[in-house]
Parts: sequence; C-alpha cells; structure tokens
Amino acid sequence: MNPVATPFFFYLLAAIAILSALGVVAARNPVHSALSLVFTLLSIAGFYLMLYAPFVAGVQIILYIGGIMVLFLFVIMLVNIERAEQEHRFNSQRHVAVIAALVVAAMFIYSYTHANSMAIFPQRGHLVFHPEQAAAMETNNTQAIGSMLYGQYMLPFEIASLLLLVAIVGAVVMSKKRI
Amino acid sequence: MISRFIDYVAGYLKSGVTPGEAGNALWALIYIVLIFTGVSIAVIAMNWLERKILAHMQVRLGPMRVGPHGLLQPIADALKLLIKEDIVPDRADKLVFWLAPVAIVITSFLVFVVIPFGPQHAVTDMNIGLLFMLGISSMSVFGIIMAGWASGSSYPLMGALRSSAQMVSYEIAMGLAVVSAVLMTSLGSSASGTLSMIGIVQSQQEQGVWFIFKFFPFGLVAFFIFAVAMVAETNRAPFDLAEAESELVAGFHTEYSGFRWSLFFLAEYAAMIAVSSIAVTLWLGGWMRPFASFHGPEVRIPLFWNHAGTAADPSGAIDLAFAIFPAALFFLLGAIAALGTLRMPKHRIFRVQTIGLGLFALTLGGIGLLLLAPPVRDRIQDIFWFCFKVSAFMYLYIWYRGTFPRYRFDQLMKLGWKFMIPTAIGVLVGTAAWGLTAVYFHG
Repeated sequence: MNPVATPFFFYLLAAIAILSALGVVAARNPVHSALSLVFTLLSIAGFYLMLYAPFVAGVQIILYIGGIMVLFLFVIMLVNIERAEQEHRFNSQRHVAVIAALVVAAMFIYSYTHANSMAIFPQRGHLVFHPEQAAAMETNNTQAIGSMLYGQYMLPFEIASLLLLVAIVGAVVMSKKRI
Repeated sequence: MISRFIDYVAGYLKSGVTPGEAGNALWALIYIVLIFTGVSIAVIAMNWLERKILAHMQVRLGPMRVGPHGLLQPIADALKLLIKEDIVPDRADKLVFWLAPVAIVITSFLVFVVIPFGPQHAVTDMNIGLLFMLGISSMSVFGIIMAGWASGSSYPLMGALRSSAQMVSYEIAMGLAVVSAVLMTSLGSSASGTLSMIGIVQSQQEQGVWFIFKFFPFGLVAFFIFAVAMVAETNRAPFDLAEAESELVAGFHTEYSGFRWSLFFLAEYAAMIAVSSIAVTLWLGGWMRPFASFHGPEVRIPLFWNHAGTAADPSGAIDLAFAIFPAALFFLLGAIAALGTLRMPKHRIFRVQTIGLGLFALTLGGIGLLLLAPPVRDRIQDIFWFCFKVSAFMYLYIWYRGTFPRYRFDQLMKLGWKFMIPTAIGVLVGTAAWGLTAVYFHG
C-alpha cells in the first residue's frame, strides 16, 4: 500500500511540532508548557510512523507520553504553581544559546544543500525509501527490532537495563531514609 | 464514472482484508461511522442496564417511569444533560478546561481503530496494533489530569492526582500480563510472534486454544491480572478512587456539568468497552466461537436454509448449534419482553407503555428472525461472538460495582505494586520457560 498525502501530513506534523515546542518555552504556566510538550511528542511519534518505524512510534507514545509526561504533570501539580509563575523564566545564558542555535542551523543548511552527496538521500526531492522496500520494513519492524535487540545487540541492551536498575535502586535509596 | 465508483465500493467486498489494508478510504469511513454509532448505542444501553442491574442487586426496581421498565430513561437523561446550563468555574483555566473532555473522548474512541470484530472487520490492522491500543489508552489519563487541574478546585485536583498515580502503577502490571500473551503467539507455525490484533486471534485459531487455557495456569493468571488492572485503568469500582463520591464529591469531574460532563461519561464507557475488547482479543479468542476447533458429526440442512458457496456455512452439528445461537438469544430476549408485556398492569394508564413494550418484544423477535436468514447468519457470526464476549465483561463491570467495597488508596497501591507486578513478572518468566521447552522438545 502506497502512502497517502505524505507531504501534507509532513508539513502538518512539522507545524504542530514547532508551534507546540515554542509553546513549551513561551508559556508562563508550567502545566501549559507540559501540555504543549505532549503535543510535540505526539507529532514526533507521527514522524516515526511516516518513516516506517511503527514500533518506535508506539514506544514513543507509551513511554514518553503515557509515562514520563504523566509523571511530569504529577510533580508540577504538587509544587506551588503560584510561586513558580512569578519567577523570572529566562536565565542569562543568552550567548551560549545563540551559539548553539547557530551551530544547529548551520548543520541543517549544510545537510540540506549537500543532500545529493549523502548516501541516505539518493535523489533530493524523492522518497527516502522506495514504497516496496518501505512496506516490507513496516510489516516486520517490530520483529526486526526484537531479534536485533536480543541477538546482535544483546550485551549493550542488558548493560542499558542494568543501568536503569541502578537508577531505580538509587532513587529508592535517596528518597527513603530507612529501608 | 459511476461504474468506476461502483467498482471501487464493491471491489473491497471481495478483498477479504480490512479497509485499511485494502487502502479503501470510503469503506474505512463507513467502518468508522458504524463503530462510532455502535459504541454510542452500546453506551446508552449500558447506562440503562447498569441502573437496572444495580437496582435489582439491591432489591430495588430502578428506573420505571420513563417508558416501560424505564427503557426510555437514557434518552431522557441525554436530553436533560444537553439542555442543562454549562458552568465554567471562575477560577478555572478556560482553555485546558475546554480541552480536557475533548482529549478524553478522542483517546477513548481512537483505540477502536484496531479492534478486530472479525477477520476483516476492523478499520485497519497495524503491525503494532496492541502497542497502539495500550499507548492510546494510557493517554486517556491526560484528560483526567487536565480536567482535575483546570477546575481550579481542591477535590478535582485530588481526584486527578489519585488517578494518575493509580494508572501509572497498574499500567506496569497490565503491560507485563499482555507481554506473556504476546509470547504465546510466537508458538505458531510462523517463527515470530505478532502484535497485530488480528494476528493474535489468528494465532489462537491456528494453535486451537484460547490463550486463557494455554500453559495452565499461566494463561489464566495473566488474564486475571489483566482483568483486575483493566478495572483500575478505567477508574471503575472498586478502584474508583479518582471519583470516590463519599470522599471527593465526584472527583476529577466535580466542576463539570451538562454536555461536557456527558462527554466524560461517554469516554468512560467507551474506554471500558475498549479494554474489554483487548482482553477478549488476547485471551478469549476474539471473534472465534467457543469450541471453534470442534465441528461435530456432519449434518444435512434443508437447501432453502443453506447459503451455498461461503466457507462459513455450518457443516457439523456443533457448527450448526452455535450458528443458531445469536438468533436464539434474541428470541429469548424477545420472549422476556413479551412476558413483561403480558404482566403489565391492565389499567388504561399503562396502555401506551404496554403497546411500547409489546413493540419492543416484536423488534427483538424480528432481529432474531433476521439473524436466521442464511446470508446474515453466516456473516454475523464473528461480530456476534466478539460483541457477546465483550458484553460479558460489561456485565462483570456492573457486578463488581454492585458487590465490592471501594479500596483505600494505600491498599490499592499495595495490591498494585506488591502483588500484581511480582505475580505478572513470575507469569512472564514461567510462560517464557514453558514456551522454550515446548519449542525445544517438539521442534
């Protein structure tokens, strides 16, 4: 099955992602910031779907939106919002921020103008993946990730899970005086 | 032009796949509209049934005034909610207050995209179907948090806090239980398992066993964990701490009224139907009838009653018995309604109600007759069995509400973290070990 109206959805999702990302930094109320972050993450999940990576999109929704953002909101609701609203929102790291933004912009411009020479974009303006190739990727995406994680990349995967376990134990130790 | 359109519409019917897979936008739209109306009607029916069943459990009559046996009560309720004043509290955050019911309705209805009512009766079948359903239903907590916070009042905020803590905790047990069912799908002829909702049911069909009975007792325990966690996920009794009316007035929707409140109501029941269909798909064989691999001795049915040429034609005695079941169920319901008609008081005040109930009985009987017609009988089977299993879960929800006392918050957390999650991990490990030995010894 060929993708339908791809450029339209790309620009729609991009617009949502950028506008809600601006909302995250511009909103005075932390809850509004968190809710706009939800929309940013949702549109990024949409991008993953468009890149034929449905598993990553699903995990993005479950982990980032269903898990992390719920905890964010949970904490924000517990702290005193009235005081947080009066505080000065932007600290004075302006020079660093400007330099970082310029570097990122230069990277984008370079990769756009030199897209022809890069291996992943065979022809600029064309689909990154051929439809047939993409359909095969979409139908086996989850299975492929599974066999890769538990086959080729078994050791890094287990090390990462060990790291998470250490983080959980550390959080419990720090929050509880007596165990 | 017209013939091309007819080809476009009729071409799908022969394809035998979901509209999403066939890439047919028109049929996808038809399915979406059908499912949306179906779910809305189910919610209305559920509203009436819940009040009646709860009342009978408490030896009361329940709604009796609007229509015979209160049958028109949901319509009266809906009218009341629509014309009620819509109040926005002064201290509310207007935008989020407006967004919360919309968000919760969208998330609860979005999951119906992948629910398989039959081998080809779903809007679409995704490779990540199950993941999609869990993800979207985990997002429904946002509607509750937004509503609770935006109301600018203490009771809703408490309800929202409780709800978010509860949902995050029970999601873990739910996910682990689901993973053990997904593991079982990998034991079929295809070497790798699947997350697609249709694929999961087909895997049960191929292995000839519902996953609730597979690897006894692991399948059963996983199903039990999911069945408890799904009640907690939908904030229903006995886990309805988010809206505990004896402590928090009405919890997260205290400040809502009129139409917005009815959106919360609609979303809650739609979410209940959605999680029940996940349970039915994963453990209870989805659209398959009970004893789907038994056909019984061959029987000869009269030619006029035989819908020749379709694979679904009942050929065995057991097939035939189950094929007649939907019609028999509607005849039974019609007979109950007819009995009620006969037992109506003979006073002339009740004349309109008696006629109404009689017509209702006739309608039910008519549906039963329609379900006997061979083309309908063969096409309705999978949808009927799916809906039948889901309605059993709906009855369980009402039953829980009528019998269990509400948990205290610390009890809820203790149950979730100290019992459900360890048990779910144990079941997962057990299922994996058993599955591996099965593969190792039997190829």
